[in-house]
Amino acid sequence: MLRDDVIEYSLHAHHSEEQGKKIRRNIWKVTAILTLITFVEVLVGVVWTKTELGETSWAWASIKIGYIVLTLVKAAYIVLVFMHLGEERKAMKYVILVPYILFIAYLIFIALYEGSALNEVWTIHGA
Amino acid sequence: MSGHASEQLDSKTLWGGKISPFSTSYGKLMMWFFLVSDALTFGGLLIAYGYTRHACTDMWPIGEETFNSMPFLGHGYPLLYVALMTFILIVSSVTMVLAVEAGHRMDKKGVVKWMVATIIGGFFFVGSQAWEWSHFIHGSEFGKVEMEDGSMAIVHGEWGEIENFSVFEAGHHHKKGDVITSKDVDLGHEFRHAAADGRLKGTVITLHDGSKANFAKKDNKDMVLVIKEAGGKYKAGDRVENHAEAAKLYSQAISTGEKGRVIYGANLEQNEYGPQQYGQFFFFITGFHGFHVFSGVMINIIICLGVIRGVYHKRGHYEMVEKTGLYWHFVDLVWVFVFTFFYLV
Repeated sequence: MLRDDVIEYSLHAHHSEEQGKKIRRNIWKVTAILTLITFVEVLVGVVWTKTELGETSWAWASIKIGYIVLTLVKAAYIVLVFMHLGEERKAMKYVILVPYILFIAYLIFIALYEGSALNEVWTIHGA
Repeated sequence: MSGHASEQLDSKTLWGGKISPFSTSYGKLMMWFFLVSDALTFGGLLIAYGYTRHACTDMWPIGEETFNSMPFLGHGYPLLYVALMTFILIVSSVTMVLAVEAGHRMDKKGVVKWMVATIIGGFFFVGSQAWEWSHFIHGSEFGKVEMEDGSMAIVHGEWGEIENFSVFEAGHHHKKGDVITSKDVDLGHEFRHAAADGRLKGTVITLHDGSKANFAKKDNKDMVLVIKEAGGKYKAGDRVENHAEAAKLYSQAISTGEKGRVIYGANLEQNEYGPQQYGQFFFFITGFHGFHVFSGVMINIIICLGVIRGVYHKRGHYEMVEKTGLYWHFVDLVWVFVFTFFYLV
């Protein structure tokens, strides 16, 4: 069953001028989003600095989380649109993404937990 | 059927098992697998950075303080340069995706145009990174000083220019009575070398050739000392906000005549910005990424030459451009994370 609402990316599926137009419009939209996010990130970093807010303040903590969320949004746009993984078969998409995300999430948890524990030991007993 | 790539593939495209997994070609799927493994490498590096950073929170440098310079404009532009680098890389990713798009329409001219734009963007990024490295290695005008109580402090403020050295004891090169000005040597450079080597004592500087001189220097302005590592009197995070006192403590610290009381810039053993690991992570992560960008540019050039010669047009599809595109976007993707975790957070 052929679907006509998606654009093919397999080997000999050439795009028509019309499909091209649709893709280009999407590319420019994503470009604008990525630029805007980068601009917002820098603006926030300059206006509310870590030094002023204090590294342990809740304000800095929320900005930090905001940064990470914005980064993941940017990454998703790059992978799904620029690398058009979103247009590939679902099975392929999950074969690429799921093992990676699971492993990295585990590694982040274990490494940062370990790092903080080491920090506590150093703070109490000296480096 | 949930997928959509349902066209019949010819036997050249089919894999050994006579089917084509995920309806993709072998090359494209293997490029994806390579990118996953490369992403694991970068993920490992950034997580190692996070581990180290969580282990030593207080003294870790602050991005907008470390990276606040612009070429030709000097200091006081926090994060702008690196934001510009990020923008350059995003734009070159866009031009690449436009090249891939043109390839799907068999538009050879379009592919060449956008690939050349991508290559130019790539060179701009590599050049920016070279400037960034050079700036990181040479460091600020003040450096990081070891205070009398053994604590380490970095300095905010405005550096007062050095006007001249007037020689009062001859060495191999300079005679007594010589007045050395900025026409002869880079006075600031000479001064910082002397301070780091312990050739600065009181108001006397011993120059490279062994001659001794008095130096005339404008006052440093608006100085604030920020303690990064605790000593006998100060603890990490303390600030000496009184400008006059900060200026006095600073000049005492750099002109003791002891070697190593002040550190400028960064190398693999020490750096002025923070813990030793900070410099090493900076060099390794941005270096490894820069190496990826450089090889990406080289691959883009090779493929672009292929496009110009019409190799892929004859083949009937521009999948090679798409595969290099995947690699190039990956480089951009990594930079998005480096930008956040090295510079912003």
